[in-house]
Amino acid sequence: MKLFLKTDTSFLIKKILEEKLDTFNVKYNIINTNEILFLEEIDTITYEKISALLTEYGFEIIENQKNIIVQKIKETIIEMIFNENAPSVKSSVYLAEKLNHSYGYLSNLFSEVTYTSIENFIIIQKIEYVKKLITHHNLTLTEIAFKLNYSSVAHLSSQFKNTTGITPSAFQRILKKRNEFSSQNIN
Amino acid sequence: MQKDFILITLADDDEDDRMFFTDAFDELKINTVVNTVNDGVALMNFLNDPESILPNIIFLDLNMPLKSGIECLKEIKNEPRFKDIVIAIYSTSSSEEDIENTFVLGANIYIKKPSNFGKLKEVLSEVVTLNWQYITSGLNKDNFLLRM
Repeated sequence: MKLFLKTDTSFLIKKILEEKLDTFNVKYNIINTNEILFLEEIDTITYEKISALLTEYGFEIIENQKNIIVQKIKETIIEMIFNENAPSVKSSVYLAEKLNHSYGYLSNLFSEVTYTSIENFIIIQKIEYVKKLITHHNLTLTEIAFKLNYSSVAHLSSQFKNTTGITPSAFQRILKKRNEFSSQNIN
Repeated sequence: MQKDFILITLADDDEDDRMFFTDAFDELKINTVVNTVNDGVALMNFLNDPESILPNIIFLDLNMPLKSGIECLKEIKNEPRFKDIVIAIYSTSSSEEDIENTFVLGANIYIKKPSNFGKLKEVLSEVVTLNWQYITSGLNKDNFLLRM
């Protein structure tokens, strides 16, 4: 007996991609057989795993090397901010050393890919950390300023206001009211 | 690794304002795909249609006929399906009470309508760029408050 088969390759490719990607806990859209859109941030470890798994099936990720470096810059910055024992060197020196590229190169690349500067990204991340600390840990601004190496509370407050348009105390008040409001709605 | 555009829905009953906004978005460095609706009812119909692709940000005029921006905001915040959408309110009002109230109701961004096109572009660029960092860097959207 002989079977004659007809295949729809694009159906096949999508099916394989779906089966493989579903094993990771990430949201994605398969745009077409050579483009996958991830709807959330993929950390480097997951990225490596996905890449390895797809390679097994003959897929090659035509990856954007720039994105990978940017991702590493972001991870290094976050590590610097959240780790209190991080070495107290200038962030530009630390990044250049850690990523083995000149700071000028990293800085240009970062702006090109993320539409913001490294300096600005550091401020955004720091302010995010401040938000977390004032809402969840009930630390005073003085304690937070000290923890995050701000020269003074005034400096922290003005950076917060410049970045978000509101003061740290207004932020705290709004989030508190918002929580009260949403718990009222549930009851 | 990253998506490379932002989906925007703009709800405003004023035709000139809609045009200013879409023109301003066109000129930003970040790619945006903008769709517009003319009032609050049209906005909710669009969002509730299962066929619609939900936007990343909704720009919501506070004063619209049929259904106000505040009513839309409340409805959007009550629907878990819309929880990932960032809400940017814009209004001519700069009353502290109005502003704080929209934040408490769940808005992320409050924009006082700028008086000229140059300023509008600047404001939108800042809003979209910061929002981009929230999308691409896994920041906690519940803590996203921005007043312009």
